[in-house]
Amino acid sequence: MSELQLKSTRFREEREAGWRRLEALLGKVEKGSAAGLSDEDLLAIPVLYRAALSSLSVARAISLDRSLLDYLESLCARAYFLVYGVRGSIWTSLWRFFLDDWPAAARALWKETLVAAALTVLGVLVGYGLVMSQPEWFDAFMPQALAAGRDPSASVEALRQTLYSHRQSEPLSAFAAYLFTHNAGVALVAFALGFAFGLPTAFLVVSNGCMMGAFVALFVSKGLGFQVGGWLGIHGVTENFAIILAGAAGFHIGWASAFPGEQARLDAAAAAGKRAGALMGGVLVMLLCAGMLEGLGRQLIQSDLVRYAIAGATAVLWPAYLYAFRGPRTKLEQAGG
Amino acid sequence: MARDAKEKVQSKEKAKPAPRPPIGDAEVRSLVTPEGVDLRLRLADVGQRFSALLLDELLMGAIFVAGTVAVIMGLLALHSKGGFEAMIVVWLLAGFLLRNFYFIAFEMSARAATPGKRRCGLRVAARNGGRLTADAIFVRNAMRELELYIPIGVLFAPTDLVGGWMKAAATVWCGVFALLPLFNKDRLRAGDILAGTWVVRVPDRRLLRDLAQGGVHETAGIRFTLEQLDAYGIKELQVLEDVLRRFDRRAVQVVADRIREKIGYARGEESDGAFLSAYYAALRQRLEARALLGRRRVDKHDKG
Repeated sequence: MSELQLKSTRFREEREAGWRRLEALLGKVEKGSAAGLSDEDLLAIPVLYRAALSSLSVARAISLDRSLLDYLESLCARAYFLVYGVRGSIWTSLWRFFLDDWPAAARALWKETLVAAALTVLGVLVGYGLVMSQPEWFDAFMPQALAAGRDPSASVEALRQTLYSHRQSEPLSAFAAYLFTHNAGVALVAFALGFAFGLPTAFLVVSNGCMMGAFVALFVSKGLGFQVGGWLGIHGVTENFAIILAGAAGFHIGWASAFPGEQARLDAAAAAGKRAGALMGGVLVMLLCAGMLEGLGRQLIQSDLVRYAIAGATAVLWPAYLYAFRGPRTKLEQAGG
Repeated sequence: MARDAKEKVQSKEKAKPAPRPPIGDAEVRSLVTPEGVDLRLRLADVGQRFSALLLDELLMGAIFVAGTVAVIMGLLALHSKGGFEAMIVVWLLAGFLLRNFYFIAFEMSARAATPGKRRCGLRVAARNGGRLTADAIFVRNAMRELELYIPIGVLFAPTDLVGGWMKAAATVWCGVFALLPLFNKDRLRAGDILAGTWVVRVPDRRLLRDLAQGGVHETAGIRFTLEQLDAYGIKELQVLEDVLRRFDRRAVQVVADRIREKIGYARGEESDGAFLSAYYAALRQRLEARALLGRRRVDKHDKG
């Protein structure tokens, strides 16, 4: 009675095997066992995908079987995302990120970086000036949890002790890990707040500078200026550079969403978000380094001069990597363009 | 189909047929592949996204608790103060990594979805239909910190550290971001806006049996005239498909009676199920044949 069969049923019977095979291969790849696929299977996926797409077009025209259409739509979408999805392993994209994407993003956002740096310096000057003239200002800038007893009422000796840790007395590296998560939080917020047209980012960057200025002023007023420079600089160069970059990323998206130019606001925000996102990934790496320097380096290195040397080295190496270094792909683009 | 009588009255009142929406509805977005076929993706609804998030948070909570137990066990085994310190460091950093990279790592995998999203049949996709890049995934999840964790952190912070007004502000803040997906047509949260992504439904569907597989005249004795087959359109056919797939006895009986009444079919010896199957196959053949000639009959009010 084959002549009484529906055209759509015959169509399905002819093509079903290919769909099933594609479905099985997709299942394997999505479970993460792509390595277990044979070459033949890997080559078959794009072919089967195109066959499924053509089946979908035909089915839409000739079949009224809802479940068949739903199945083909979902199968084609899954295959599409596999064929045109995120390419390469996480390792190759990490490699590319360090060689090209991160420095390129930092260079592209140099204007915003300058603005954030200027705001930080402004904050430092304000914090320093105010605390030097009136020590009571210190409490206004410094949250108590971070000050941890380091305030204008503390004695010189007590302050000196906080700069040179006695290893067994307090869990300093745990404190450093806490600081990393805290600072990473600050950086993420500085970036994310850029969404509100950059204004809260500016506030956060300035207040970070104020905190630093107030902190330095406290120690300088007790005659510990040189020592606190080493204590802060060993990790602070990296850390504050990172926070400045995060602020720059925030300004970038804030500017793009406030003044999208010729693009639609949503598109401008998305484009800026991507550029700033690469930079933010780098910021987190820098903060991790800063956390390590702060938690381990500062404990192990008690000499002021070595601390200054490390501070100086980081102050040269980070900008050199971000602004002078050119990755292979960047070079290629520059040569081509 | 239980509303037939009522609709009949209404359709008489209305002079011209109601405008028909194109296939799909407000939540369908077209994505044209390079091969030129529109995939017609469906956006995830807010409920699905919330349950996916809830599942992910529960899973992360479970991992964190398990990790904490492991850290404590390690501590007991080590007995040393240095060990204690190292453990705290590991614990804090691992907590941070878990919170921030759980989403990133899973969304960078082939499925572009966290376990929670997978469970709900969702995945992240680029809004422009292109490749989903690592940057975009990073951005959409960096914003999560601002949208979710910080307001919650403030909300649950001890009151002596954070004032009451701060909590009120956090509530408003949280509300603005949490409700953002409800107030734009693409259901984007702030992270999606910045990353140029959206969350779509890609459920794993099984290929179900073809209800018309046996052909049209398999059940001897059940035949329909053309007038009887012209009583319904595509919409009704697909409702009928649904009824047959579920095969709820009461529904089958009610629908079979309703159709017999509508098309004036004298009840024979056949069962309700057999009658519906036969009618389904015949109706589908009729409608598909007409569609092939360029006349898709959308529903029973469509006289074209």
